[in-house]
Amino acid sequence: MEGHIHSTESFGTVDGPGIRFVIFFQGCPMRCLYCHNPDTWEPGGINNLRTVESLLKEYEGVKSFLHGGGITATGGEPLLQMEFLTELFEKAKKRGIHTCLDTSGITFREENRAAFDRLMESTDLVMLDIKHIDPDEHLKLTKQPNTQILAFAEYLKEKKIDVWIRHVVVPGITLNEKYLYELGYFIGGLDNLKALDVLPYHTMGEVKYENLGIPYPLHGIEPATKEQAIEAKGIIMEGLKARIRDDMNK
Amino acid sequence: MAETMVNAWEGFVGGAWETSIDVRDFIQKNYTPYEGDESFLAEPTEATKTLWSEVMDLFQKERENGGVLDMDTKIVSTVDSHDAGYIHKELEKIVGLQTDKPLKRSLQPFGGIRMAETACESYGYKVDPEISYIFKHYRKTHNEGVFDVYTPEMRAARHNAIITGLPDAYGRGRIIGDYRRVALYGVDRLIEDKNYQKAVTCGTMTEEKIRLREELADQIKALKALKNMAAKYGYDISGPATNAHEAIQWTYFAYLGAVKDQNGAAMSLGRTSTFLDIYIQRDLDNGTLTEEQAQEYIDHFIMKLRMVKFARTPEYNSLFSGDPQWVTESIGGMGIDGRTLVTKNSFRYLHTLENLGTAPEPNLTVLWSKRLPSAFKHYCAKLSINTSSFQYENDDLMRVTHGDDYAIACCVSSMRVGKEMQFFGARANLAKCLLYAINGGVDERIDPKTGKHNQVGPKYRKVEGDYLDYDDVMEKYTDMMAWLAKLYVDTLNCIHYMHDKYCYEALQMALHDRDVKRYFATGIAGMSVVADSLSAIKYAKVKCVRDEYGVVTDFEVEGDFPKYGNNDDRVDKIAVEILDKFMDMIRSNYCYRGGVPTTSILTITSNVVYGKKTGNTPDGRKKGQPLAPGANPMHGRDTHGAAASLASVAKLPWKNAQDGISNTFTIIPDALGKDSAVFAGDIDIASIREAMEKE
Repeated sequence: MEGHIHSTESFGTVDGPGIRFVIFFQGCPMRCLYCHNPDTWEPGGINNLRTVESLLKEYEGVKSFLHGGGITATGGEPLLQMEFLTELFEKAKKRGIHTCLDTSGITFREENRAAFDRLMESTDLVMLDIKHIDPDEHLKLTKQPNTQILAFAEYLKEKKIDVWIRHVVVPGITLNEKYLYELGYFIGGLDNLKALDVLPYHTMGEVKYENLGIPYPLHGIEPATKEQAIEAKGIIMEGLKARIRDDMNK
Repeated sequence: MAETMVNAWEGFVGGAWETSIDVRDFIQKNYTPYEGDESFLAEPTEATKTLWSEVMDLFQKERENGGVLDMDTKIVSTVDSHDAGYIHKELEKIVGLQTDKPLKRSLQPFGGIRMAETACESYGYKVDPEISYIFKHYRKTHNEGVFDVYTPEMRAARHNAIITGLPDAYGRGRIIGDYRRVALYGVDRLIEDKNYQKAVTCGTMTEEKIRLREELADQIKALKALKNMAAKYGYDISGPATNAHEAIQWTYFAYLGAVKDQNGAAMSLGRTSTFLDIYIQRDLDNGTLTEEQAQEYIDHFIMKLRMVKFARTPEYNSLFSGDPQWVTESIGGMGIDGRTLVTKNSFRYLHTLENLGTAPEPNLTVLWSKRLPSAFKHYCAKLSINTSSFQYENDDLMRVTHGDDYAIACCVSSMRVGKEMQFFGARANLAKCLLYAINGGVDERIDPKTGKHNQVGPKYRKVEGDYLDYDDVMEKYTDMMAWLAKLYVDTLNCIHYMHDKYCYEALQMALHDRDVKRYFATGIAGMSVVADSLSAIKYAKVKCVRDEYGVVTDFEVEGDFPKYGNNDDRVDKIAVEILDKFMDMIRSNYCYRGGVPTTSILTITSNVVYGKKTGNTPDGRKKGQPLAPGANPMHGRDTHGAAASLASVAKLPWKNAQDGISNTFTIIPDALGKDSAVFAGDIDIASIREAMEKE
């Protein structure tokens, strides 16, 4: 079968462990205010149909450069093309390629658990992007509730799938002591957690909005500094330790 | 064996190198591979710091003075033309300057008197009229010789910039003398060897033999001059170096003699670090040298290399985007026996970037192998991050051809030290050649002198109709490339004949074997423009736009096409096909002095100037825009990330571009991975819990 693919990146160094071949899936149900890939939103926004074989062939062409890496599926939201994604990961696993899914987890439902179970059999690592820990704020930020996302996190814990938590620090939105601490408290309960990736918000996506003729929702908001990101990481880690302590005392 | 040799070589493992000139054999039998890390390295001494700050002051004054500090206008530079010069005699452990004062540029008119005059004039100096008179009336130069024999066709090709940057008015450079020989054997032994070579160059006096005997005589004279130059600094280098200090000093004297003798486009040093390590290690083991002293010698040596300067014209500097000397030193690599050639001295050379700060010269070049010791790799990576001041080349690739005692001349030209040399050949503009194919040999630009397009190439049938047809263009392009390859090689034949005759590198060749392998280097500019243009013609529709003279001067591209730099075989194969074709065309021509033809794709800086002189191209590049450097994809067209871009370049076969393929690669540090301050990559909830439980 064929998938809607926005583009590929042959030398990804920030989307998972090692140097990776990164596949950007087309289409996303979320509308995060700070999204830097608005060109991947519309499921039919770009007419680039690819087969799993052609993607794996492209991977093979550059694999000698990819030390300690593998394939990362990102987007867009890869889970929107569940069947294609599953085929990609299954075939990649057969060739011994490390697979990493960068997702918001937004499509996870109890009723489609079977499909997720199958996907997870060939998934080595999930990078779960928790946009906001607070349900109301999450809705405001992404136009979607975070219930299923947090449920997906619990599901991954139950399945013992390694997870990296990613969190974008936006001044005025997520750069907030209370929310960061709560986020830490939540992820402290995930014993499958392997890494925390705090990403300072940047404005490099703004030009894409201009090109697409979409008003940039965060126009005027300054990028987060590295210092702010370090501070945010510190607060999250505090929350994380508090959760561990509480769990111990239970 | 002479007594001096016995003493100087005490403690060394003997072998073939004792009875014949064979530096590699000496290295292999005596060097100590080093697999450890950089912790042994020493900080700069007070003398180094003081001396270097004085040199920095001189550099500052040079900049304030408009680019040169002082110029010699009277003394023609030869190996021993000048009296001893110093920066600060009491502090200098390694001595020797190109002229009698630091940063004073020498006068080198043998390549061309006009170039020497212009260089002086552009900085407000004037060559002594008597010198000018002599070189215009009594002593012919290389430049004059070349222009005496150039055909009208060669002049037109040069004027219209389809062949560019030719070494016809300046020194060709790219020859690496085996400067180590002076340290290992002393000059007398080398003269003895050359005398023997001359004696056995006998029999019927063919033109070839007469020339060789004359050259050997010149080489012997140059070696004698070298001794004389060293004597002015109070050193007798007739015998071999007896310790580390002398070995470094002798080697430097030999190199200094070369830069006094030649203002070459690239005056590279060779591969000296592991050779010198043998001397340093012997002295360290004897207890006659400390690590601080060893580092000080190397620091002072490198300092001198940083001060090598030539008198050049602003046009020359704009062609090369600066004033490079290409004092390239090749470091590391692996031996063919599997041992690494990395020694402690490889670290010491790189460490100068920390002790003296960063600098573009000498051009430190790490010969990279997958099998280099990991501690050395880590040190290289660390220094690259901190200094961005050295380059890497693929030892695993080159060792197969050149063995394990080759070095890089200029930026990528590889040759066995003392056994191979190169005739440097600038480059042919293949992008412009494509336009010539379309326009039947007519240059696409209006010549301001004549007010019209020049007929430069042969009047082959030009492209007809509005749209370009791939097969038609490819056929015409193939014919035009064949014309260009022949003209190019013939032009270079003229140049190298005259350079040998009027500007012979006597000292550098004295530090070679008699029978050297001569690489006849050519070069290509505009590779990615050609590949993308042909891809556009094949996969999109390209419409010709003609001016009032009926010459195609612009193109309209309808639709998209595969672009070189995305690991896409459809276009990458075109690039490979063009390279293979052009190289075979070069090979099919007669090359001067049995030269072995090679080509390069390495226009790292001059691509800007070549682009200025090239009209609109079918890939959508506009006239005047730079060509991509070297074998790089055109800027912004590689959209699939670094590995895909690198993979495209890697498809170009080195066997058909043996003089080097360069790829200039820039990446912002953040794109190379996560900052550990914001990325917690080693979270382990279980161990955090355990730690808390213990508390």
